Amino acid sequence: MDTLQLVVVGTIVGSVIGLGAMGLTLTYGILKFANFAHGDLLTLAMFLAFAVVSDLGWAGPSMPWFSFGWGMLGGVVVAVLGLAAFSLAADRLVFRPLRSRGSAVITMAIASLGLAIMIRAVIQIAWGSGPLRYTTGINRANDYFGLKVKPDQILIVALTAVVAVGLYLLLHRTRLGKAMRATADNPELAEVSGIDTERIRQATWAIGGALTAIAGVMLAVQTQLRFDAGFNLLLPMFAATILGGIGSPWGALVGGLVVGISQELSTQWIDTGFKPAVPFAILIVMLLARPRGLFGSTV
Amino acid sequence: MSPALFEAMEISAGYGGADIIHRVSLQIDAGEIVTIIGPNGAGKSTFLKAAFGLLRPSHGMTLLRGIDVTRLRPPKMVAAGVSFVPQLDNVFPSLSIRENLEMGGYLAGRHAAARADEVLAMFPELGRRPTEHAGRLSGGQRQALALGRALMLNPVLLMLDEPTAALSPLVRNDVFERLKAIRESGVAILIVEQNAREALAISDRGVVLVAGSVALEQPGVEMLANPSVGRLFLGLDDPEAVPAAIPTSNGGG
Repeated sequence: MDTLQLVVVGTIVGSVIGLGAMGLTLTYGILKFANFAHGDLLTLAMFLAFAVVSDLGWAGPSMPWFSFGWGMLGGVVVAVLGLAAFSLAADRLVFRPLRSRGSAVITMAIASLGLAIMIRAVIQIAWGSGPLRYTTGINRANDYFGLKVKPDQILIVALTAVVAVGLYLLLHRTRLGKAMRATADNPELAEVSGIDTERIRQATWAIGGALTAIAGVMLAVQTQLRFDAGFNLLLPMFAATILGGIGSPWGALVGGLVVGISQELSTQWIDTGFKPAVPFAILIVMLLARPRGLFGSTV
Repeated sequence: MSPALFEAMEISAGYGGADIIHRVSLQIDAGEIVTIIGPNGAGKSTFLKAAFGLLRPSHGMTLLRGIDVTRLRPPKMVAAGVSFVPQLDNVFPSLSIRENLEMGGYLAGRHAAARADEVLAMFPELGRRPTEHAGRLSGGQRQALALGRALMLNPVLLMLDEPTAALSPLVRNDVFERLKAIRESGVAILIVEQNAREALAISDRGVVLVAGSVALEQPGVEMLANPSVGRLFLGLDDPEAVPAAIPTSNGGG
């Protein structure tokens, strides 16, 4: 493939990584721990949508351009609401008890690892290990000036842009968003200012869950549904989060694009099988050289 | 007789089960400035945190206008009309000046924006560039912003933990002038202060805390003139006198 086509593919892959990383960086910045369950939350979301469009058979009439039917809208809504509710429940049952006990962030991170394994195992029991797809229809790539892009992929990039702008407006234009940034900056001062930081943390889980759901469904649209699809994206998402600076959604998006594009471009020089090593290399270099990220900012 | 604006009754508090302050009582009336001074480690900040509800007292109670507020968490204290300015990290560095003020007015909801305009007008050095990130401000500007944030909800009582620590003498003076102006508007102020002389000069009363207990309580000007206080805490005599007053709890480690 020529370089430009690789950049296009990298942008699509990077959009999915960036979409997932935006949710990860939000919870990381405000809840202050690395949520290792984030990848498996993506997987849970894609299967919740699958339950609607395939298990329940509500695929709906076919949509123009896209590989899936109108039922996918319902699938996304269920995934978004389901993930928001699941994240809130996980906080209530796992993370809040640890927080109120003053547990170290490493304890929270390890707990999230346990949660990750549980989610993955349940999905494997419920839907098996093999790959699944939302539909059997094919999504033919269009030719734009010699570059091959599927309508599904244009949707992924466009949706990522819309979510990024929406998240920016939420964080910078709304009372809740500003309180989220304040809590990320200094939770004690936020309390002292009259902000109920527990409520803010719950809102963060719910919003992060909604973002995760969109990322999960888009990941399945771009590739396929597998019980370990989200887990396999965890490292690239962490690389994007660190690259963009923990707590910075814009940074996470840019980081995702950098990771995605460099992953695809790397195939020009190294074997495709080594592609997953690229985000790992980026992560190590960033942690050594600029641990606060390219832009060094928080939410 | 109407109750005091704020009253701490025999409160003990500390960290990890060990009390740092022991049965400290203190009363503040509306529009008063009260300054707590004392050597390092005397429990001044601990007292302030316990009074505001950041630390739960192990003994005693706090009253606001005669109503028990001992177990109220900080957001509820703010709602009740008490504002607190921590000594360090008292602004949100990645938020703009205006957003910092809006956070101080969080409980006012959509009225916060209009109130932020009023506070910006009170602090011209902040009002000139409301979109500047607080992390880029100088020490004095940062302190002004921290004060402005605390004034957003029109509190009846302002608690300040060492508001002039790490400020140059000139800027320090500005802060005290400002506190006087805030008091003129009817707000009571409780200050914990290292720069005791300047603080006492504007105070109605001074309280000396030593080893977690009230050692002396006097009107501010009398305390300034008190020779033993001057020798111990105001640096009027040789500084060697000060360490002698510090209780050594762990054999001088």
